[in-house]
Amino acid sequence: MKTAATKTKVLTANRLTDGIAVWLGANGEWTTSLKEAFLARHDDAVAAIESAGQQALDDNRVVDVNVIEVEETEAGPRPFRLRERIRSDGPTIDYAPAFTAGVSHAA
Amino acid sequence: MYRYDEFDHAFVAARVNQFRDQVERRLSGEISEDAFKPLRLMNGVYLQLHAYMLRVAVPYGTLNSRQMRKLAHIARTYDRGYGHFTTRQNIQYNWPKLSDMPEILEELAEVEMHAIQTSGNCIRNVTADHFAGAAADEVADPRPYAEILRQWSSVHPEFSFLPRKFKIAVTAAERDRAAIQTHDIGLQLKKNDKGELGFAVWIGGGQGRTPILAKKVRDFLPEADLLSYVTAIMRVYNLHGRRDNKYKARIKILVHETGVEKLTTEIEAEWAHLKDGELKLPEADIAAINAYFEPPKLGDRAEGWGELAAWKRSDPGFADWVGRNVAPHQHPDYGMVTISLKPIGGIPGDATAEQMDAVARLAEDYSHDEIRVTHEQNLVLPHVALADLEPLYRALLVEGLATANAGLITDIIACPGLDYCALANARSIPVAQEISNRFGDPARQAEIGDLKIKISGCINACGHHHVGHIGILGVEKKGAELYQISLGGSADENASIGQITGRGFGPDQITDAIETIVDTYLTERISSEETFIACYRRIGAEPFKAALYASEAEAA
Repeated sequence: MKTAATKTKVLTANRLTDGIAVWLGANGEWTTSLKEAFLARHDDAVAAIESAGQQALDDNRVVDVNVIEVEETEAGPRPFRLRERIRSDGPTIDYAPAFTAGVSHAA
Repeated sequence: MYRYDEFDHAFVAARVNQFRDQVERRLSGEISEDAFKPLRLMNGVYLQLHAYMLRVAVPYGTLNSRQMRKLAHIARTYDRGYGHFTTRQNIQYNWPKLSDMPEILEELAEVEMHAIQTSGNCIRNVTADHFAGAAADEVADPRPYAEILRQWSSVHPEFSFLPRKFKIAVTAAERDRAAIQTHDIGLQLKKNDKGELGFAVWIGGGQGRTPILAKKVRDFLPEADLLSYVTAIMRVYNLHGRRDNKYKARIKILVHETGVEKLTTEIEAEWAHLKDGELKLPEADIAAINAYFEPPKLGDRAEGWGELAAWKRSDPGFADWVGRNVAPHQHPDYGMVTISLKPIGGIPGDATAEQMDAVARLAEDYSHDEIRVTHEQNLVLPHVALADLEPLYRALLVEGLATANAGLITDIIACPGLDYCALANARSIPVAQEISNRFGDPARQAEIGDLKIKISGCINACGHHHVGHIGILGVEKKGAELYQISLGGSADENASIGQITGRGFGPDQITDAIETIVDTYLTERISSEETFIACYRRIGAEPFKAALYASEAEAA
């Protein structure tokens, strides 16, 4: 059942064990890359990912499950809300030089 | 500083073990998220945008080098190599795994730290003047009383499920560096005519979506009555505070809706039942806690005076740093050093593990092993001999910790905002960074003088925007970030709530708007002696509004 008003949606959550933001992939696995998210383009697909989200919640794999709206761009899905873009791309600031450079400064 | 006794050690260890069991049961699926969430929050574990966040309490902002090294170790081992010091003198880690939390808490317990009551509707970490125990202008060290309150309030059965969170701040000087009028209870330690210690008691201050300054309900409460009187306040609040609406649940709303006179009458009536009971503080108990806060033995170091003058002459950068970041100590041969966590263009309050280790080492070398966290998101070495300032400065330079901007326009408070926080509507940190870069030139900052900018990414006001001389509030409007400006706020002894100037500004306009405000101040001030806040209070908001919205006025 496809309606013209349905915007593309993806399912997102945070992983239970470490809280890292994840998206439900087309293969049914949770991925840390929004680019690999399954794109629900009609109501039935949205219902399916909502159901998958509830199941993952019940299975204690993820927490804070939400369906979010995205636009499809050449670079991949892009969330409409800034909050979700930041969840996808990480903080917009250079927050942890040692971590992001992959360099350990441990003494 | 306070040291855990056997009971404290056993209690914290038991809590770690209890939470370890809860985490294991959560990870195994034995308990649901709905059941687990209040348990993790009781142990300072939040879920933010990208990951879990752990908020660790730093009681009244005081810690020693061993504790700071442990904070560095946790940042390095369990997080991404840094931590964020907060406006409540705590530290937050932004990336810990839930599965690591029990280990982290166990490591914290090794150095007498924990994350209990850093969340939830309970009495939170009691905050204090970050210069406590060293400031030349205090009547006594307020931290023993903060510690008494901490012990009394920790897992207090009657006050663990309040209508809303509850924050207490303590200071001991006329100059309020602890922002007591923005707290649920603010306490100012003072002496009466007989030289006895007691407290001026303020209640009902708070920020958030309804900023209200506290009202004074007692001008002098004898120190022995501290716990009985605070208990009376808590009981009246716990009984009458609203539980039907979380936005009206803080004591400030109760004070506002009831009226301070009526509420004070109720508090006094409750106190009449309590004041001569078991909560009366015996002198011996006060003395015992005070003994933990015995000041370090500071030997005379008079040679520092001459050396300091010579160093300042030879190094203008050092002279600027001393001028801004060193404050008078009780001992004339010493100073209190503010270590700025606001490098130009940096992230306010963030420190890397390496910087934390360096501060720990420098505290051992130069500050009798004492460190403070300020509510303005800086660190303090409270007992540094003037003779040691130059080598300390050189060491801080190496670590990127010698920014000479304490109290200046780039010493910005900013909450984590939408870069991390699940509650935020807009980013705070990039706004702070851009303003810092715009005004980063030392000469320009010096010309502007004392000016406090405070930025929040949502109406919860963790960035204290209501009490910034210039406050910035990020909101979301039509899916985009928008920043409202308020002017004239202040969190000191002359506290005031800032007034919104008018329509907000987009992310690409907000720094220009701040510059317009600063330029207006520089034009309007009588002399460089007149600070921004003094100038604002003299001329009001209109000249600033006229400058900010000049183009609109012309178009109208």
